[in-house]
Parts: sequence; structure tokens; C-alpha cells
Amino acid sequence: MSTELTTDGSIPATDARTGRTGHLADKAFRGLTQFFALLVALSVLGVFITLLVGAWPALEQYGFFNFLTTNDWNPVTDVYGAVAPIYGTLVTSLLALLIGVPVSFGIALFITELAPVWLKRPIGVAIELLAAVPSIIYGMWGLFVFAPWFSENVQPWMTDNLGDWPLIGGLFQGPPMGIGMFTAGLILAIMIIPFMAAVMRDVFETVPPVYKESAYGLGGTTWEVVWKVVLPYTKIGVVGGIMLGLGRALGETMAVTFVIGNSHNVSGSLFMPGNTISSTLANEFTEADGAIYTSSLISLGLVLFLLTFVVLAIAKLMLIRLKAKEGKAS
Amino acid sequence: MKAGPLDSGTTGQYQMSAPDSVAASASEPVSVDTMLDSSKITVRDLNFHYGKFHALKDINIRIPEKKVTAFIGPSGCGKSTLLRTMNRIYELYPDQRASGEILLDGCNVLDRKQDLNLLRAKVGMVFQKPTPFPMSVFDNVAFGVKLYERLSRVDMEERVEWALRKAALWDEVKDKLHQGGTRLSGGQQQRLCIARGIAVKPEVLLLDEPASALDPISTLKIEELINELKDDYTIVIVTHNMQQASRVSDYTAFMYLGELVEFDDTTTIFTAPANKQTEDYITGRYG
Repeated sequence: MSTELTTDGSIPATDARTGRTGHLADKAFRGLTQFFALLVALSVLGVFITLLVGAWPALEQYGFFNFLTTNDWNPVTDVYGAVAPIYGTLVTSLLALLIGVPVSFGIALFITELAPVWLKRPIGVAIELLAAVPSIIYGMWGLFVFAPWFSENVQPWMTDNLGDWPLIGGLFQGPPMGIGMFTAGLILAIMIIPFMAAVMRDVFETVPPVYKESAYGLGGTTWEVVWKVVLPYTKIGVVGGIMLGLGRALGETMAVTFVIGNSHNVSGSLFMPGNTISSTLANEFTEADGAIYTSSLISLGLVLFLLTFVVLAIAKLMLIRLKAKEGKAS
Repeated sequence: MKAGPLDSGTTGQYQMSAPDSVAASASEPVSVDTMLDSSKITVRDLNFHYGKFHALKDINIRIPEKKVTAFIGPSGCGKSTLLRTMNRIYELYPDQRASGEILLDGCNVLDRKQDLNLLRAKVGMVFQKPTPFPMSVFDNVAFGVKLYERLSRVDMEERVEWALRKAALWDEVKDKLHQGGTRLSGGQQQRLCIARGIAVKPEVLLLDEPASALDPISTLKIEELINELKDDYTIVIVTHNMQQASRVSDYTAFMYLGELVEFDDTTTIFTAPANKQTEDYITGRYG
């Protein structure tokens, strides 16, 4: 009912104001904005359909499920499976979050609660600049500067000291080559930190000062105030920021391609080279000859598309459940 | 008996009426020394700046123990500022500075060495707007307690109930202790904040216009509550509402443009103020 009213102008013609020309402009404006908004939905649908059409030959040949579970990527025998790139994508993104989330939280906390006024702006600007650095710069820096230093100074130490630990020891074994999944995750972390830190800072600043005063007024320390009042108050925004970072980490291409080593290889060690979906696409599209090869690459793109979609959906679900829980219990 | 702004700045001394509710008391002044015994907070030559703005000018005042002291005055006169110096909450903001002395039981709380967390455990504060934290009613009340004491579950439950009863909220929330504190009504939220404040067993309670955002019935409840709480706590309340000041307080301080104009027992301030400015304000001629 109400939508009908708004779309056809609603107010009866007896109203003198309907004669104004502004009314027409308003209608046109609404139509225009509606068109723009629909364009977004159409683009998403279009991308999905294009990917599906491109991926069809490969999926028809292997089957979607089979494609997802085959750990083999061989252009010579024309056998393609997505396990290694999916594995690499998930591992590097997870590693990036593991490193990036605490650091971003610390940065945002420092800026909003602890930093003296004269320092807040410079750090804020630095974060924004860091976010604006093109990813290929990170890639080159990672390959030429970070990887050699890392392989000489950090990796041997990690293998010596962490390599024997139960459960996680295996992650840190292997040749100290500098490039590999660990380096990729680290570079990704550096790339997503500015985004997550900026979002977290913004949401921390939305906490009304009087809430913080109440908590400090009870004698809370900065840590207690942030952990028990600011964070619960802003958890939705914080989760949103983390998801933004994760989305970027999943799709990041150039920087990862430079440092991950680009081999289709599922390894228990983080020091071994691997591959992500986007780095595979970047590396192999130019040399893909044959319809099945190209189609398999497009299938990988489709998987990434779905992966991102699933991550976003999970995030939304999580937020809905958080909200429901807050209403009921806490 | 009288304390004009001029002699307050120069001598820093006051004569006070007896801390007594007997009507005749206003005519029986007692010496400063007698006053010293019962004063909980003594403010000496306090000056306060917001950046370059001089917000409090040479404030001298003694807040008597286990009484209700009200600060009244027009907006911007510095009454909230004065309240905010007493637990140093102003220090959250970098360009706010206080100088002078605020003695709490003889110790200068403005001293750099003062442990802020301990000070704030002793001097609780409730704000104009209710500020329930995004957690359950129970956790709201337990929040402050957990910062200082390790209580067993049973002891904590007892403490929460005690505080909620003190705040006259227990009967209304005993069945929804584990619901979100933000889902209570405005008046309940404010009493929840008072319960949270007294759960840590402070000695002083600072109330910054605690009822100004509430409906008349909730306001009445808060005022009754203040009356009961003064048996155990020293209460300082800032209020815009003069009727409220006359209803709840034993002593009233009138402030104007950052100066303490007059401080006396409430009956005197509202019936026979010594200062022309106070009289004008009380009778509604400005502010």
C-alpha cells in the first residue's frame, strides 16, 4: 500500500502544490537515483552470470564439487582442481587477520584513548596514506626488501624456536626462502591494517564521551574501559571493519603474486610457496591456451566470488545473532 | 553566615551555620573549627581553565560529611565544572586544567601522585543522561565492583541486590537481572546508574543534574533516594532546578560566572540570602 502511494505521487490532485514544477524534478530525481541503485544489483548479477557462463565448460567436464576437491593443476594433462588456490587464499587471509586484527585494534585504541592531541592527527593521516599505497608497491617491497631480510634474520630463528612446538611446530618448518605463504599473509596484514584501524578508530569515536566518563568515573583503567564498555558498544562496527579487511585480503592480487611463490601446492608449512586464487588468475591468464584451461581459471574466479559472498553472509548472520543475543540476555 | 565572593578569594574562610535541620539553626552560627570536623571535602583556592577560558575563580568551599550539598546557578556558571574536579574526571580532556587544592579527608586529590582509580572508587559520579553499559542489569551493577574486589558468586549477588535495593530499583528489576540494562525505562536506567555507583561503596557521590532528563515521577523517586542515601554518603548535587535544590539539599552553594557567590544552609539561601545576586537568582530575576 505505502509503496504504491509514494511511487505514483500520492497526494491527490486537489492539492494546489501538485502543480509545481519541482514535483516533476523530484520524480525525475527519484527515478534517477533508483536507476543508479538498481545498477549495482544488476552489475553483481551480471558478473555472476558472466563468470558462470565462462566457467561452464570446465564445470561441465569436471563437475563443480569435483573441481573444488581435486588437488591437481596440470596444464599439460589438462587436469584442473581448485584445492591449492582455495587453501592458499584461506590460509593467507586468515594469517593476515590473525596478525592484523590485534594490531589494528591497538592502533585505534591508541589514537582514540591514549595519544596526546598533537599526535592524533599525524598518525591518522599516516594510516590514510598507508591505505592509499598501491598494492604493487607492497608487492615489490615485499619481494625485494622484506623477503630477503625475513629469510636471513627471522625465518631461521622461527624454525629453531617454534619449529619443535607441538601442534603448531609444523607451520614453521621448511626452507627459509623468504617468499611463501607466511610472507604473503604478513604483507596482506600490513595492507589491511590501515582499513581496519581506520574503521575501528571511527567507531570507537562514536561512543558518547559520557559513557566513557561513567566507566572511568567508577575507577576503570583505560584497558577496562575499552575492553568492557567501548568494545561491547561498538562490536558491530568492529566486526564490520574486520570483514572489510578480510574481503580485501581474499581478493588482493598483485602484492600476493609477488611474494607467495606461485606453486600449486598444499603444504602444512607456512614457509612453503603456495598460490591464491587471485594470484593464479594474474599469473596464468596470459598463458592459458585451450578452452578448458581458460574456463578453469574463470571457474576459480567464480569460486572467489562465492567465497567472498559467503564470508559477507556469515558476517551478516553473526551480526544478526549478536543483536538478538543482546536483546535477550546481555 | 555570609560569604561574599570577595572575602572568599582573599581569606579562604567561611562561617557556616550549624549543620542542623532545626529551623532556628540559621541564627546560631558556629565557628570554622566546628565545621572542619564534619567536612568531607575542602576546596581551597581552586582555579580551573578550559584552554584559555578561566572557568572557576578562586573557589573555596567545605562540603560537609553525610549531608547533601547542592550547587545552583545559571548555565555556564561552573557548577558542573566544580563537581568534575572532585573526581578529576576532567582529566580525560587534554586542555582542561585545575590548580589549587581539593582535600578529601585531608588528602589533596589534585596531587599528581594521587591514584586516580582509587580516588574514583571513593568518589562516585552519576551523570545527567543515564549511561547504562551495553550489558545486563546485573553486570552493570557488578561492573565497578569487579574492578576492585574479587567476590564469590554469592557475595557478588548479595552486593548487587544490596545496591539495587539502596537505589530503590530492586523490586522493579529482580526478575530481569539478566536483561539488557539499556532496555529499562529512562528513570530506571538512572537509578541503575546510581546503583552501579554505590555498589563500589564510595564515600562521596557526585550527581550532575541526575534528574534533568527524567519525568516528574522518576524525578521524585531519585529525590527520595538522595534523601535516604545521605545517611551513608556525602552527596554533592548539581541542579538547574531550584525547587529540587530546596527539597533535597541541606546546604546550597550559589555560583555565578565561575565564582562562588554564596554558600550557606539551604533554608537560609532560599529564605534570607545575604547576597543581592543570590536573591535575584532565587527569585527568578535572571538565569
